[in-house]
Amino acid sequence: MLIDVHAHFYHDRTPRADWRERNASRLRAGERMGVTIHVASVLGTWGRTSPVYFPSPPDLQYGNDALLALERAHPDRIRGYVTVNPNFTAHALGEIDRCRAAGMIGIKLAASRRANDPLLDPICELARERGLPVLHHVWQHRRRDWPGQEASDAPELCALAERHPDVRFILAHIGGGGDWQHSLAALRGGTPNVLLDLSGSGADGGMLEGCVEAVGVERLLWGSDLTMDTGWAKLRYLAHLLRGPELEQVSWKNAARIFPRGAFPSD
Amino acid sequence: MRVDVNALLGAYPWRRVPGSSPEALRAAMDRTGIDEAWVSHLPSFFWRAPEEGNAWLYEATGRDRRLKPIPAVHPGRKGWEETIGEAADRGAPAVRCDPTYYGLDPAGAEMRVLAAACAAARLPLVLAVRLEDGRQRHPNDTAPELPAAAVRALIRTDDDVRIIVTHADRGLIEEVHFGSTPEEAARLWWDISWIWGPPEDHLETLLATVGVEQLVFGTGQPLRIPEISLAKLDLLDLTPQQRAAIEVGNARAALAF
Repeated sequence: MLIDVHAHFYHDRTPRADWRERNASRLRAGERMGVTIHVASVLGTWGRTSPVYFPSPPDLQYGNDALLALERAHPDRIRGYVTVNPNFTAHALGEIDRCRAAGMIGIKLAASRRANDPLLDPICELARERGLPVLHHVWQHRRRDWPGQEASDAPELCALAERHPDVRFILAHIGGGGDWQHSLAALRGGTPNVLLDLSGSGADGGMLEGCVEAVGVERLLWGSDLTMDTGWAKLRYLAHLLRGPELEQVSWKNAARIFPRGAFPSD
Repeated sequence: MRVDVNALLGAYPWRRVPGSSPEALRAAMDRTGIDEAWVSHLPSFFWRAPEEGNAWLYEATGRDRRLKPIPAVHPGRKGWEETIGEAADRGAPAVRCDPTYYGLDPAGAEMRVLAAACAAARLPLVLAVRLEDGRQRHPNDTAPELPAAAVRALIRTDDDVRIIVTHADRGLIEEVHFGSTPEEAARLWWDISWIWGPPEDHLETLLATVGVEQLVFGTGQPLRIPEISLAKLDLLDLTPQQRAAIEVGNARAALAF
């Protein structure tokens, strides 16, 4: 059993002409790696008609619908996060309930608003009521503003998590670029409701040992994001670093614990 | 047989990196089935006199036949020609130069003279585009990444120069490959350590466009875990011949002047 908690898919209204090939490639690579379930999100139209990290309500709706269609086409392989933009509160809350009713199992927040912003509170309150984890895009130590996103870093996500202790938050892609040691320092010894997703193209020597040391195996989640090769490499490395039961926690049991009951075949 | 053309030994100044000793490298090679590693001395990337790390490198690699030294050459320093001569005498498979770390113009006169000297000595020149993801570098780690224009300029300096470029991504590889004549491109080899696999499939694309014969197995360990490069290959549908070419044959071909 292997659950990828950080996957993405594309659709016909993205800028990419090769969207079908990329979707097929993810599923094909997943078969080879042994991925049981891809828990994925679609960030609107990926920049075609609104910015990737500031998706408009219509684009969010289209992207979420595209993901729901993929779920229906691959019910044994794909689950979804409903992606919302906190700047449109009513739309976000409605979209969460609409997509949850259609089978989505988590909420994706990208970088439309800082993680510690009060506008995230109603979304997190709904996440608590519905028992949905929140995957939050995180820049590992934001030392400056980056164009195209209102990126958050780990201390900001931890501030949100402290306001919502009954919600499970997933700190996205520790290997996604930036100073991952800064994020680990923010998590060390606190905010037990924040889990780390190991995805991202970065797979530095010492990173995985640092993650285990900082939060323990019970707060680690395996994922790939845009590079499945680095995801598989981290899984292989963890097989040497961890004992069998610990590896199972990272590869699927922690995910099964934080997503709604019945989300995965093991439930 | 699997040869890692891109391994490093020694401490990294910008963060603690486990596994930087020869013993740890050997353990990682055993873990990942790497039979031979071409090894560079990591601390001397940052030294004014990078060639001063070569003695340690020769000693460290001399104790293990699986480790091959890639000594550093700084063409702006007195006696650099002797460094190349020593590398040839000691059987080093190649020499390396990292101009942006040394504060040299990567396409300047010193580098062009170095490239020609490597060709004359029948030694490939190893160049790293980067060591780390630019987004995570230490605030004081400001050396620019190696530009594609420099690789294009250097491959044109001499008809016999051979260059192995490590840590290059798809964009840089394509820019250099298709910005070179077929004859020039045939003297360039690219390690796969920084090329994305699925679902973007950059490596699969390059196999079809640049060609399997120009790709070599490299990891960048211990700054990155070596499992990455193995996973990339395991996610491809390669014939045994193609896989062997990437893992060992192409590296050997780069040495066959």
